[in-house]
Amino acid sequence: MTVKQYKQILSKPLLEENPITLQILGICSALAVTSNLSVTLVMCVALTSVVSFSNLFISIIRNYIPSSVRIIVQMTIIASLVIVVDELLKAYDYETSKKLSVFVGLIITNCIVMGRAEAFAMKEKPFVSFLDGLGNGLGYSIILIAVAVVRELFGAGTLMGYEILPLVSNGGWYPANNLLLLPPSSFILIGLMIWGIRAYKKDQIEPNEYKLSSHATAPDLTKRELNV
Amino acid sequence: MNDSVIKTLAVSFLVCLFCSLVVSYAAVSLRDMQNLNKLNDQRIKILKTAAIYSPDESIESQFARLTPKFVNFSTGDLLDEYGDYDINTYDPVYFSKQPEHSSPIPASEDIAIVKNKENIGKIYLLIDSSQNLEKVILPIRGYGLWGTLFGYIAIDKDLNTIRGLEFYAHKETPGLGAEVDNPKWKSLWDGKSIYKDGEVEIEVIKGKVDPSNQMASYQVDGLSGATLTSRGVTNMLLFWFGKSGYKETLKNINYDS
Repeated sequence: MTVKQYKQILSKPLLEENPITLQILGICSALAVTSNLSVTLVMCVALTSVVSFSNLFISIIRNYIPSSVRIIVQMTIIASLVIVVDELLKAYDYETSKKLSVFVGLIITNCIVMGRAEAFAMKEKPFVSFLDGLGNGLGYSIILIAVAVVRELFGAGTLMGYEILPLVSNGGWYPANNLLLLPPSSFILIGLMIWGIRAYKKDQIEPNEYKLSSHATAPDLTKRELNV
Repeated sequence: MNDSVIKTLAVSFLVCLFCSLVVSYAAVSLRDMQNLNKLNDQRIKILKTAAIYSPDESIESQFARLTPKFVNFSTGDLLDEYGDYDINTYDPVYFSKQPEHSSPIPASEDIAIVKNKENIGKIYLLIDSSQNLEKVILPIRGYGLWGTLFGYIAIDKDLNTIRGLEFYAHKETPGLGAEVDNPKWKSLWDGKSIYKDGEVEIEVIKGKVDPSNQMASYQVDGLSGATLTSRGVTNMLLFWFGKSGYKETLKNINYDS
């Protein structure tokens, strides 16, 4: 493979084939851990390292994995990596690990990790698999960071804990938008992002799966004759 | 040939063996550090409650300024020893879940939904260099909206004036109930009184406290949008400063000697 192809594998998942906005994967953590930017950054590093290394290790042993148990083998590797990341966080960044609580453990069930292992690492060589994992992790991170910046800045008036917009409740001028601190707001933000990206990249728009039938008035039930 | 039974079993076994080795190595080699983090996290909260925390000094040496004491809830006595337990590592919350070391609270008295209370609690005394009592730090807990709030409250040497309140674990809604962590709200507690004529009167009210009100020193502003969390904090204080809590103990704290 040429350097250009490597670059493509790394950069495609950033916008064109973004796991969150195109494939709509990994949404649950995007909702749960984006109310605070510093927590989000740690989550992004955790997921990116898990998806890169799980791709790498699965790709190394891909020719030895029996197809009947391949999902279990992938899960074992992913779960081990997640536990190691969780233990490292508890030892070196206890504050953040407390805030992330179960969501680090839930990386195991993050569809991006499984998806890349199954779709890419099982077929490709180790180095490109690692790059693919890295690219997808970064693609996930871009969206999460964007959501977190909006949520923390307009929800709490801070970024990374530093005050940017002084809140009314602390004697400033900015009335905080509490909706942004609640998980559903990320749904709205991600929805807006998907809209924006698809308006710019029209090839991402999916064809309709069904067609609405034309509108018809309901029959007037009061005048219906009974067929007794 | 990848799908033969032997190979399937062999690959599964090797993957599991390798992964379990990695995981156990990580868990064992990091355990000491994790335990230290957990302990320090609690200690920082206690020091912050006592308002003597400074991030530059070692937590160990700052924490040495506090004297831990066991509390017998049924008699209100302060004890230096309880069985073979080391007072530095004794964890009242853990013991509240052990049937032989705790007793269930009757539903009629359990206003803060604590459910089980440890028989022997642990409090901290802040004693100054001339052996005078400065502050008492008491652990408290109780149900808010989504779960139990765990925290510490510091009271002054008059055993009636609040000096600080900190929660180290809770599950309240970010932006609403989780504002119990807001430094501005926490600072409202400084100087409030607990008992009036022997009854617990301290209360988190709805809305803002009217300073001209004669009960103003027993009232704290409510958290807007978090009525249930505010009520939970009030109930928690009613419970822990009431008969089943530290009321008797506080009568026994007399550190003039």
